Amino acid sequence: MTAPTVRLQGSAAVNGATLFGPLAVELAGGAWTCLLGPSGVGKSTVLRLIAGLPTGVAFDGTIGADDGRPLAGRVGYMAQSDLLLPWLDVLGNVVLGARLRHEPPDRARAEALVARVGLEARARAWPRTLSGGERQRVALARTLMEDRPVVLLDEPFSALDAGTRADMQETAAELLAGQTVLLVTHDPAEAARLGRRILVMTASGVTAAEPPPRAPIRPYDDAGTLACQARLLTLLRRAA
Amino acid sequence: MRRAIWAVAAALLVLGIWQAVVVIAAVPPFILPGPGRVAAALWTNRALIAANAWVTILEVLIGLALGTLVGAAVAIGLAASARARALVRPILVFSQAVPVFALAPILTLWFGYGIGSKVVMAVLIIFFPVASSFLDGLLATPPGYLDLARCMGARPAATLWRIRVPAALPSLASGLRLAAVYAPIGAVIGEWVGASRGLGYLMLLANGRAKIDLMFAALIVLAAFTIIIHALIDLAAQRLQSRAGGGR
Repeated sequence: MTAPTVRLQGSAAVNGATLFGPLAVELAGGAWTCLLGPSGVGKSTVLRLIAGLPTGVAFDGTIGADDGRPLAGRVGYMAQSDLLLPWLDVLGNVVLGARLRHEPPDRARAEALVARVGLEARARAWPRTLSGGERQRVALARTLMEDRPVVLLDEPFSALDAGTRADMQETAAELLAGQTVLLVTHDPAEAARLGRRILVMTASGVTAAEPPPRAPIRPYDDAGTLACQARLLTLLRRAA
Repeated sequence: MRRAIWAVAAALLVLGIWQAVVVIAAVPPFILPGPGRVAAALWTNRALIAANAWVTILEVLIGLALGTLVGAAVAIGLAASARARALVRPILVFSQAVPVFALAPILTLWFGYGIGSKVVMAVLIIFFPVASSFLDGLLATPPGYLDLARCMGARPAATLWRIRVPAALPSLASGLRLAAVYAPIGAVIGEWVGASRGLGYLMLLANGRAKIDLMFAALIVLAAFTIIIHALIDLAAQRLQSRAGGGR
């Protein structure tokens, strides 16, 4: 699995009104790119366009990978809501992709991934018996199970409490290392911890911000990380 | 348990009011017999009532099974195809403008005096609540589930069977609860229009012969059966819902 570089270039409109003007988003191959921006600016639309999901916008532009092959079937997706199916247990949810494609599920691998996200003891539990953090871990295991070179994360940690969020950021960054990852977030601290590249999206377009000097996953109390977090916040407030 | 006690209290209250009306207003038994008289009629005619109740029960059970099957199948078919929906939905709505009761004589003509016309009647009356509530559920799948399925490369048929149908089971359950109450109505109307057996037939016969106590006895058996079938379906629906909610 080689993780390609993904590029989106173009503009989008809703019912003739511009949602975002001509912009370019590049996801560096095999690295985490954080797309930071305020609510309603079109971050999620950018992610959904790359994922090939319905958006309700008219997009004028190009989306593609640098290896020239189509993105369809090579993209994994994780949303703010864990999207666990309540009628399947943890393992059932993790092997959902195979079941939907009528492939024989690799249960041993699913069990290993459930163990890797720290839920070995809950493999047969029903989603409703899990905490919010545990549910998002299952969603992460499900995403890993798909083993896609490009992974799109749409604010997957934003509904979690601060401690759980920090844990989940670390687990996800470890387990998704080497894949091309787009993390859409409105949290400067998250972007500063996780982004190899950080893009700030505002109404005027997308600009690249200087990431902290250390390589991710950065400690949340690292001076460079905190300084970057402050810079990002300044950028967001100036745009607002 | 507490609910059961209140139910018994409510039944006693109704029986008390009934008896009081009969005594105070001095209603003659051929207009409104008291509960005691009805109980006596129920006991003395138990073989007759049982034989006729069995026919109605059979009609209702077959009608429920077929109506649910047909209703659910149509809902799934319509959920799978937008074209089919555009074509069939107006027909369904129009069909609801035709009172099913008005069809009863025709059904008797077509399907005969036996059990067939009553089963068809029950099927027709429960088809719509089952099909429409299940279809509503099938069309209201949480969009996030569909996004996930699309990213996972699911074909539409797999998305339908493995995501949309299980997500819609609670809606099917609420349709089934309605069907449980409607099916006996369909069967009895069918029997009124033309039958030689069944509780509806027995009630009409007893009414014609001024055996009002027997009529009430048959009515009470019918009501009791409807309550039981509703309770059983409610139980099944709860199972279905808790399964869709991730528990067994």
